[in-house]
Amino acid sequence: MLDILLSGLGQLFTLSHLLFMVLGVLVGLVVGIIPGLGGIAGMSLLLPFLYGMEPSVALGMLMGLVAVIPTGDTFASVLLGIPGSSASQATVIDGFSLAKRGQAARALSSAFLCSMIGGVIGAVILTGFILIARPLVLSFSSSELFMLTLLGLSMVAVLSGRDLFKGLAACGLGLLVGTIGMAPATGEFRMNFGLNYLYDGLPLVVVGLGIFAIPEIVDLLVKRGAIAGESARLGKGWRQGIQDVGKNRGLVARCAAIGSLIGTIPGLAGSVVDWLTYGHAVQSAKDKSEFGKGDIRGVIAPESANNACACGAMVPTLLFGVPGSGSAAVFLGGMLLLGLQPGVGMIETHLDLTYTIIWSLALANILGAGLCLVLARPVANLTRIPFATLAPLITVLIIFAAFQATRAAGDLVALGIVGVIGVLFNQAGWSRPAFLIGFVLAPGAESYFYQAVQFQGMNALLRPGVLVIGGLILAAMFIPILRSLWIKRRQATLVGAEAASKARSEPPTLGIIDVVLFAALLGTAVVAWIDVSDLTLLGGIMPRLAIAVLAISCVMEIARCLIRRPQWQPQAIGLQGLWLAGFFFLVGAILLLGFITAATLFSLVFLLAIARLKPWVAVAMALGVTAFLMGMAEFLTLTYPRGLVDPWLFG
Amino acid sequence: MLTNQTATACLSLERLRNAMLLGGAIAGLGLTTAVQAQDVDVPDNIKWTIPFGVGGGTDVWARFFSPWFSESLPGEPTIMIDNVPGGGSINGANLFAVRAKADGSHWLGTSASTQYPVMLDDPRVRYDYSDWTPILATPTGGVIYAQPSLGETPDKALNALLKKPVQMAAQNPTGVELPVLIALDMLGADVQAVFGMRSRGEARLAFERGEADIGFQTTSAYLSNVEPLVEAGKAVPLFSLGVLNDEGKIVRDPAFPDLPTFNEIYRQVHDEAPSGNAFEAFRKFFASGYALQKLIMVPKDTPQALVDTYRQAARDFVHTQAFKDEAAAQLGPYTPVIGDTVKRHLDDAMSIDDATRDWLADWLQSEHGAKI
Repeated sequence: MLDILLSGLGQLFTLSHLLFMVLGVLVGLVVGIIPGLGGIAGMSLLLPFLYGMEPSVALGMLMGLVAVIPTGDTFASVLLGIPGSSASQATVIDGFSLAKRGQAARALSSAFLCSMIGGVIGAVILTGFILIARPLVLSFSSSELFMLTLLGLSMVAVLSGRDLFKGLAACGLGLLVGTIGMAPATGEFRMNFGLNYLYDGLPLVVVGLGIFAIPEIVDLLVKRGAIAGESARLGKGWRQGIQDVGKNRGLVARCAAIGSLIGTIPGLAGSVVDWLTYGHAVQSAKDKSEFGKGDIRGVIAPESANNACACGAMVPTLLFGVPGSGSAAVFLGGMLLLGLQPGVGMIETHLDLTYTIIWSLALANILGAGLCLVLARPVANLTRIPFATLAPLITVLIIFAAFQATRAAGDLVALGIVGVIGVLFNQAGWSRPAFLIGFVLAPGAESYFYQAVQFQGMNALLRPGVLVIGGLILAAMFIPILRSLWIKRRQATLVGAEAASKARSEPPTLGIIDVVLFAALLGTAVVAWIDVSDLTLLGGIMPRLAIAVLAISCVMEIARCLIRRPQWQPQAIGLQGLWLAGFFFLVGAILLLGFITAATLFSLVFLLAIARLKPWVAVAMALGVTAFLMGMAEFLTLTYPRGLVDPWLFG
Repeated sequence: MLTNQTATACLSLERLRNAMLLGGAIAGLGLTTAVQAQDVDVPDNIKWTIPFGVGGGTDVWARFFSPWFSESLPGEPTIMIDNVPGGGSINGANLFAVRAKADGSHWLGTSASTQYPVMLDDPRVRYDYSDWTPILATPTGGVIYAQPSLGETPDKALNALLKKPVQMAAQNPTGVELPVLIALDMLGADVQAVFGMRSRGEARLAFERGEADIGFQTTSAYLSNVEPLVEAGKAVPLFSLGVLNDEGKIVRDPAFPDLPTFNEIYRQVHDEAPSGNAFEAFRKFFASGYALQKLIMVPKDTPQALVDTYRQAARDFVHTQAFKDEAAAQLGPYTPVIGDTVKRHLDDAMSIDDATRDWLADWLQSEHGAKI
């Protein structure tokens, strides 16, 4: 045993292995920082060199890349509010809020330190766990997986706080959007309205960008100024971020452990882990008031978990050939290309190679996060630049990222439509994470539920794993309610009944967007109900459930407003609507003229007319956009919407 | 109109590689005189469209083949793999049908999930196999296996399988497991297929967890992931699908010479050779999904001389020992099929008469509640 550990370690520190790993880390960081590319683009960059390489060296290179993807994308999440990949969606909520309060450097340094620690903890856990993982992974059957998706969904209750029904309605809409595409049980196509684009369902990247990034851009454009508010003092934050991690070391350790263990469960991994740990951070905090507005713990929790999760995801990949995440899937392809078959062989005959992989992961995490830590302070200055200057670049970047999802014009249209939902939700204070959680977990919840019912029937309810996770769900739902009741009672005895009744009868708020949303969501429910009416029972049950959640929550909230006179709240939408219209105009121009041409012209005009930059600066930046897009196309063999002009100008 | 107006630029890395190759060529002038003088112009760059994501089975298959082709073709062209995933490979194939140039610089890699939608008349399909010429096809086999709880020996397990309802995990009713489901039904087994697995790997997990009673894997996954289970007494192999010989007959799989084929088992159970609409459907979907699982195609109007050059290059390398050694891990012990044989088998496999299609539609509806 010891000799295998040592030989794995020996391979790790050979010069060629280290060199290629550093190469992998650098490629991983670059593609990780650019949103929407993620591991898959990085892998396609490295794969052509793989065939014929020494396996341990090649795997080191791939590991370097896989390890730092969830690290690099933190830049975009925190600084620009763009969720770069599924691993960084929860980070956006508090990370970007911190950036808006001028604490970008603090959020970044915390995030990177957590990534580093999380990755190392993940690798340490994995070193022992991989030997005993097989029976444990196999003990998670379809019913436990279904319960895990439910646990993820229960986080909606935790995250939506006071506006429970609005949160549930948002989640219901997310679930409904998540069921677009093929029904896992019967292969029927649902709610595609005859559009080819919808046959596969909406891509996660597009939905994530639309729901988070577009509302933030619109919001900042309306408000003007820089991302960081006026009182920004960036320099001090870096050190504070490091100290924050020290203060929350318990949270870091717990989230890393949760991340690496959930990561080992095939099929779920990346999609639930950041929300579970974010929910855990909210629940375990005494003062929850700052979550969503910039609480550093909201950054620490998912960032500690996602790198650990990338480690854990190696277990199903190596042992069962079932990749736990998108980049693990590409890693698996790399392994096959090297002639390595995943399976029991990876611990019986290739154990040394397996350890090289695991420790490459740890080393790459240290290297990657270290590099990012150094970069954090200078890069955080981005948030001081007037936002109008950044806006065209970020918009081009988002469109670029969204189009890489399926390379169809539909990506851009879908981005705009989800963006409209995002802006409405944002303006009216409906929970956007709830929507995303519903969307992400809908397919898993459906197929695992259906499998559990078929494979196990009622026996599923008696499985110990199901009972344990069920208990966790109940705890997640009811402990906050019980606690708040307890606090109210204590307040009542301390301050007197007057204060308590005041706290309880806080009326619901209502605004013009709420009314619009109620109407639109109920309308959506009706249209969707008609569309799924001719589906078979099995194929239609999930969309019907989603519609029920959506409609009932809307009706409940409306009833709440009718019973208790709501407080009328002014909700602005005029300017936001104008910017959204501009976005659709831009999408139209891109499809008509071609992406490179339209993006260059758009940047130029925007920088001159709206940001009012000096002409030569604007021209230089617009040319920079052209160069970036062409360079990306060249190096990563990407494609863009071609339109009428691009083929002429750019071949 | 939402047409996918896309453009591709590639090159830089390939250029770098070309430059390196050129450098190598100059350095070793004496060695490079072996380049054959051919009267056809092989394009310098070949764009090979793979309608699947990076790292998937077909992608790995293409990346395995591309250096072999590149080295065997005159002028050592650069082969660039362009992944266009979506719609279970329909999107990429549709795009190829519209865009590909017939000058030999555009190839397409297809798989069972590209062939099946055509045979099932999927409304999204806008490509036609008769517009393409095959260069090479690689076959695969597959094995059906059972939990030892059904029976310790293949015979016992098979008998139990025919007597009581069993469950099997699968991806979707019209996916690659389709011929397997037809075959089991023909034997008289009452199989409840649990769909919604996102890969055959997930289906394998459901078997290993003990949820599914029977399982099915293609050759390479069977060898690496199920054979250890068989050795540990946790799975019992029942039969293989077999392979297609040059005459189009189903014979024993060279990877599993000791396992009977489905045809043999059918004879054993029913005392007659399989026939009828069900067998016709099985045979066609088996041929296009397994015997010719993955194909390299070029547009029909590609110059014949070029097509011949590509086919000859393939013939040159598939018979070398070096290729056989490496292919064993990637493709299993099967020899790629090259040239007109592919065309003949493909034409046969993909033409389905109305009676068979009607039977299939009825069967899918009644057995699995799926509409086509």
